[in-house]
Amino acid sequence: MIRIKKNIATSENGFIFNPATGDSFSGNGMASEILLAMKNGQQDVQIKQDILLKYEVSAEQLDRDWEDWIVQLKEANLLETE
Amino acid sequence: MAKLYPDLCIGVTGLNANDNPGPGIAVIRALKEGLGNDVKIIGLAYESLEPGIYMNHLVDKTYQIPYPTAGIAALTERLAHIHDKEKLTLIIPNFDAELHNFIKIAPQLQQMGIRTCLPSLAQLQVRDKTNLYQFGKENNFYVPADHKLFSTSDLEKATDELSFPLVIKGKFYEAYIAYTMDVALKAFHQLGTAWGYPVIAQQHIKGTEINIAALGDGRGQNMSIVPMRKLYITDKGKAWAGVTIEDDALINLANDFAKATNWRGGYELEIMRDADGKLFILEINPRFPAWIYLAAAAGQNQPLALVKMALGEDVLPFTDYETGKLFIRHSWDQVVNIADFQKMSAFGEL
Repeated sequence: MIRIKKNIATSENGFIFNPATGDSFSGNGMASEILLAMKNGQQDVQIKQDILLKYEVSAEQLDRDWEDWIVQLKEANLLETE
Repeated sequence: MAKLYPDLCIGVTGLNANDNPGPGIAVIRALKEGLGNDVKIIGLAYESLEPGIYMNHLVDKTYQIPYPTAGIAALTERLAHIHDKEKLTLIIPNFDAELHNFIKIAPQLQQMGIRTCLPSLAQLQVRDKTNLYQFGKENNFYVPADHKLFSTSDLEKATDELSFPLVIKGKFYEAYIAYTMDVALKAFHQLGTAWGYPVIAQQHIKGTEINIAALGDGRGQNMSIVPMRKLYITDKGKAWAGVTIEDDALINLANDFAKATNWRGGYELEIMRDADGKLFILEINPRFPAWIYLAAAAGQNQPLALVKMALGEDVLPFTDYETGKLFIRHSWDQVVNIADFQKMSAFGEL
């Protein structure tokens, strides 16, 4: 399971702060919504399902975007390593 | 209400709050926050244009003191004169270049009734830029390779071995990143003239710049450790903005340093974290950094703890601080009456 680091601070307006590195990022509303779900321990499948229900997007497109999202989180050092 | 510390009078150097600021003003700000009006601050300045001299809300009175090159006799004599007038409880020196003299005269100051909380001369030497690589090697710290430069031929040898880019560093202050021999030569001459020899050529490490402010108890433990990631760096390499961060590796590094040296007093580790996460020690400053007020704002008032240690109190080590606390430095045009400047220049006190 892909997990966001526990100590990552997020705000409702999409600001993300990694206290271990001092890096900060600005995300959009969608990013903060997904981050919040991830921080609450929701599984990837569940999050994606919620997005499919809520937004007009195909499952294929969402999968592609999801992969891209995970790569970005990895690059930003926001994911647990194990 | 009775004063917690009656007649507490602290001498502080490093009032040069300029673009390469001394730590004095930040130290005083932390002390004022911790002690309120219980403390009288005596500024100890080298030049009449040090901005802190004229900050009346922070500094009660300032005296000029002789440059370190004037020697310990001149410094002792001047401090005795100041002590006679002000009854100093304690002095907190904040310049690398003056520490040698202050450590040397610490026993005499003690006899006069002035306390200090300083490292020993041996501790001061071990982290000196010229000894840092060896210190790292002996104590399993990552320290970039370096060369001591006394002449231009030394610089050629250094570039052959370390290759460009190189960091050319002054003995006490200042550093330039050199990508070519022309720039390296210019920096070598400039820094040698300003701070003396050797100039140091250090291997350039690419990565994230982190500083750690800490306070050693002199027995191998730290009383306080606060790491800060630089967010905005000036062309002099100074942090103009920074944020407190949490990382056990940084805390462990500071604890290993305290254990290896039995450091007493404030110090700063300048760290570069490379792409592999290795923590290279670029420099160890033997005093509080200019950003020390951030440590106090984040919950660990190191200058206050140092005062308590110097007064012989039992001080418990700090265990927590707030992460994500930022400092953003700014400059401010302070307006000063010419009469004050004149007084400081002519009489060496204000």
